[in-house]
Amino acid sequence: MNGYLIRRLLTLPALILGITLISFLLLNFAPGDAAEITLRRQNGGIAAPQEAILALRRELGLDDPLPVRYVRWVSGALRGDLGDSYRTGNSISAELARRLPSTLLLASVSLALAVAVGIPLGVLAALKRGSSLDVASRLLALLGAAVPSYVLALLLMLFFAVKLDWLPALGYGSPKNLALPALALSFGVMAQLMRLTRATMLDALGQDYMRTARAKGLSEAALVWGHALKNALIPVVTVMGTSAGQMLGGAVIIETIFGWPGVGQFVVVGISQRDYPVVQGFVLYLAVVFLIVNLAVDSIYRWLDPSLHFGRQPA
Amino acid sequence: MIESSLQRLRARPSIPRRLRRFLGDPPAVLGFAIVAAAVLVAALVHLLPLPDPTELNLQDRLLPPSWQFPLGADHLGRDELSRLLYGTRTTLGLAGISLTIIMGIALVVGGVSGYYGGWLDTGLMVVDLLLAFPSLILGIAVAGILGPSLMNVMIAVSVVWWAGYARVIRGMVLSARQRGYVEAARAIGASDHRIVVYHIARNILGPFVVLATLDMGWIILGIAGLNFLGLGAQPPTPEWGAMLNDSRSYLQTAPRLLFFPGAAICLLVLGFNLLGDGLRDLLDPTTYPR
Repeated sequence: MNGYLIRRLLTLPALILGITLISFLLLNFAPGDAAEITLRRQNGGIAAPQEAILALRRELGLDDPLPVRYVRWVSGALRGDLGDSYRTGNSISAELARRLPSTLLLASVSLALAVAVGIPLGVLAALKRGSSLDVASRLLALLGAAVPSYVLALLLMLFFAVKLDWLPALGYGSPKNLALPALALSFGVMAQLMRLTRATMLDALGQDYMRTARAKGLSEAALVWGHALKNALIPVVTVMGTSAGQMLGGAVIIETIFGWPGVGQFVVVGISQRDYPVVQGFVLYLAVVFLIVNLAVDSIYRWLDPSLHFGRQPA
Repeated sequence: MIESSLQRLRARPSIPRRLRRFLGDPPAVLGFAIVAAAVLVAALVHLLPLPDPTELNLQDRLLPPSWQFPLGADHLGRDELSRLLYGTRTTLGLAGISLTIIMGIALVVGGVSGYYGGWLDTGLMVVDLLLAFPSLILGIAVAGILGPSLMNVMIAVSVVWWAGYARVIRGMVLSARQRGYVEAARAIGASDHRIVVYHIARNILGPFVVLATLDMGWIILGIAGLNFLGLGAQPPTPEWGAMLNDSRSYLQTAPRLLFFPGAAICLLVLGFNLLGDGLRDLLDPTTYPR
């Protein structure tokens, strides 16, 4: 296990470096000149004279060759400096750090909601196979795969905020503000987890070890929740790594809809204003978060199934 | 000769039997109907007697449904029905072209890597690791950096999706390559080209079509999402995700502007999912009979 973790930790920097390279290269293809955009902002939207642009280009080091600029950016990023926003001139790292807790709060509450509802529902659907509950769960799974979070978000907003006036449509700070965005974000993943749990649970219930456990005289509850579920959860946990990523991605749209002050909203504004350093910093930041989440998921795995030999998993 | 006797041994169901089985699966038929209807609308919408979806009539703004505007008028007085139907062309067209690009790249890279292995195989694994990140974030970043346009949405979606596909194709080719029929074909002296085209391609076609159909739903959701964020279609082009975004300011006064494009996206995705599930059950003998 330790050897595995160490190996994983060693590949992390390589992966993150790869991500920075991709985002840096993409940015290099992007239209628009950093010096020109910065000057235009400082001058209140008026185009700056050519000499001023050239001078600033030299000052910012934009005329240096690509590898030089890449190394400069990466060494800055290593020291926690992602540069300044073209739009506001503020430090991007500081802004991301200020906003990350909001995004993580939204994503983690949504994931917790999806797990807390999806997995028990999946177990029940498997236990009562063919019942109306099972049929309802299948319908829910179909809906969850077809209704995108942004449509659900707008529907929730329409009914609970505009029509019924139960919950606020926009804002941040209280649990009431969290309800609608979390619900919108969790629905798709919830349906996915439910469907998968149902399938793996059905599979586990038919295994030999269940018969053995039953022969030992274990209670039905211990059989289901202790034996079958623990084994059924292994594939579910795998998917949860992806789900966490999905949450972080979906959060970008959901935050924009509900005015949630997270990193997603920040980057969407950055994109619409062609604020490239913000986009670049965001990609790096989320890459790091995502890799850490994946590592955590792999560790949960290990706890659930000690027989797994890491590093030699079948493809 | 070996090939034909092997095929007889595997006793594939005949085409009419498969068709009958498919017709006995109502959700799959429903999915097929939705997808077929959407494709027809996308292809033939210009033949329908509809007003121009981009024509502004400010005196008609937010008009409720009537004979003149069956689904009402949007916030700029444009016919909602016309925009919705023309939007099918934009959304489905974007998704279809993206899927074609993705499949093309993935077939070549995944196929070659699965058949020959070697350094390409290693390279593919590295790319795949890099692209294991949340696809929506990556898509947003790529489309955001390239700038908002329909073309860039397709580029973003293709860049994000092709590697996962290539890996699946690689897996299919890899497992097909180790089957007895390929060995048999090689034993009788068939060339690589012949083996790939006649033996491997034919056997992975079914799973490949199922995968593509099921993935179409995801691609449509991703494309509509990018458009929703303003990264794709620019006004006045009708597109479902962009229409949804426009509707946000009129939730109170005209919620139907949210319902129609929202329902259109969900319905089309549902159609592809149902059709994909049905095709999978049809082609995979282990899931039948249920």
